[in-house]
Amino acid sequence: MRTLVKLTWTEVKLFLRDPLTVLFSLALPLIILFILSGVFGNDVQTSDAGEIVYRGVGPATFYIPAYLALVAASVCVISLPTNLAGDRDRGVLKRFRASGVPVWVVAGAAVLVSVALAALNALLLSLLAVVSLDFNAPRDPFLVVGTFVLAAFSFAAFGLLLGAVLPTARSAQAVGILLWFVLLMLGGAGPPIEVLGSGMQFVAKMTPMWHAVRVIQQGWLGLGAGISWFVVVGVLVASAVGALALFRWE
Amino acid sequence: MEPVISVAHLEKRYREVVAVADVSFEVARGEVFGILGPNGAGKTTIVECLQGLRDIDGGEVRVLGLDPGRDADRLRRRIGSQLQESALPERIKVWEALDLFSSLTAGGRDWVEVMLEWGLADKRTSHFGALSGGQQQRLFVALALVNDPEVVFLDEMTTGLDPAARRVAWDLIRRIRDRGTTVVLVTHFMDEAETLCDRVAIVDEQRVIDLDTPERLIVRHGAGVRVTFTTSLDDVGWLREVRGVRAVERRGSEVTVVGSGPVVTLVAASLVERGEVPEDLRVEQPTLEDVFLALTGGEE
Repeated sequence: MRTLVKLTWTEVKLFLRDPLTVLFSLALPLIILFILSGVFGNDVQTSDAGEIVYRGVGPATFYIPAYLALVAASVCVISLPTNLAGDRDRGVLKRFRASGVPVWVVAGAAVLVSVALAALNALLLSLLAVVSLDFNAPRDPFLVVGTFVLAAFSFAAFGLLLGAVLPTARSAQAVGILLWFVLLMLGGAGPPIEVLGSGMQFVAKMTPMWHAVRVIQQGWLGLGAGISWFVVVGVLVASAVGALALFRWE
Repeated sequence: MEPVISVAHLEKRYREVVAVADVSFEVARGEVFGILGPNGAGKTTIVECLQGLRDIDGGEVRVLGLDPGRDADRLRRRIGSQLQESALPERIKVWEALDLFSSLTAGGRDWVEVMLEWGLADKRTSHFGALSGGQQQRLFVALALVNDPEVVFLDEMTTGLDPAARRVAWDLIRRIRDRGTTVVLVTHFMDEAETLCDRVAIVDEQRVIDLDTPERLIVRHGAGVRVTFTTSLDDVGWLREVRGVRAVERRGSEVTVVGSGPVVTLVAASLVERGEVPEDLRVEQPTLEDVFLALTGGEE
């Protein structure tokens, strides 16, 4: 336990010593927030066919939970597996193993650091959205925090699985970025699901992102998330089990 | 006394490639045990099996009475490993690494003490990536010692060190031994093995081809002592009759006698007997390098 705390804290410091990564992970979601909220505005809209889109709220408000999930995904699905695979590639994990660092400590530190960084980014983004851009504040802030943390753990476990399976930092980064764009476009931060074709809607609903967004929306918009709760928890458990089973030190 | 390490008929394959074939040896407590061999001989694989980093394909291995394959977690708290190929995060600081690794074992040594001992105090706040090769090596050895292990595995630890730093490292290895720690030293430097090791296993082509003290290996496989001097005597053929002499070569006034046993003393005595007192008599003792080249066919 002492080692988990030390390794997690060390990982935080290592992250902060890498200014480009810090800038990238903090700035990207904010840029997306500004551009997309400028494009869509915050008035309640209907489609050309008269259907209600954005679940009946203003687009900008609708998208906030999606951006929060996106922040979690960028830290957990891109950075986490890239760092983990890179550490394995360079022999860092072998060094840890030879000194008796348990798997759960390596995995736990990676997950905790990612969730903490994602939470920090999400907090920044939320404050900016509510205070300076004047979006609707969350209905239930505590539920937003809880659902966000749950979603972040779910993505982190998924990232851990990617990092466990993919052999090099390069391949992990490539796969992570590709997945992140799919999640971005289809999972709820892109066009509203109502305007997608039925095939694309199906694919969108298969992504963990879509469900993570619905869960966070339950806190922010007060709308039900139903089965999405089970999907998010399911992804968390299945990924964690898979990652620990497939973990390779070298 | 129960051996600290016992290896019996160890076998290891990587898919179809045999990395270690039928290797057996024992290491006693407090010993500095050398594993010497050319690159690709299987040295690193042997120690990685002892450290529980590799599953073995055959035979039996015990380290401190534990099976490294099954009791790896318990074992790693009691051994120290400086790996040949490993790394730390580029931006981790020296003190952070020592602090982190020392937290793994309750009752280990104070990492500050280890840091001072290995000359890392002035690099305390340097990033790992900014250290020279030699400094990184010293840090790895320090990390291997921070849990106060009973057995420490040093794999090519002086590779990348300059000659002065190597001598310093040798002194430190002697200090590790003086603390009562058993040392397993993997190396391809002959002088290192000869100077430091109580016993040496010579590994070639995935097998142990001989195992003994450096002195006995030299006696067994060495080319013999060479005694060289200049003389004004015309005939030195009588030197062949001196006990222990195997050959006498003459080039101008310079004579070289090759032999074994107490040949130096006997040759010198018989020269004095004949009134010859050469001022430039030189003795070349055979080294472990000669043994190694003789045994492994000279491929380093």
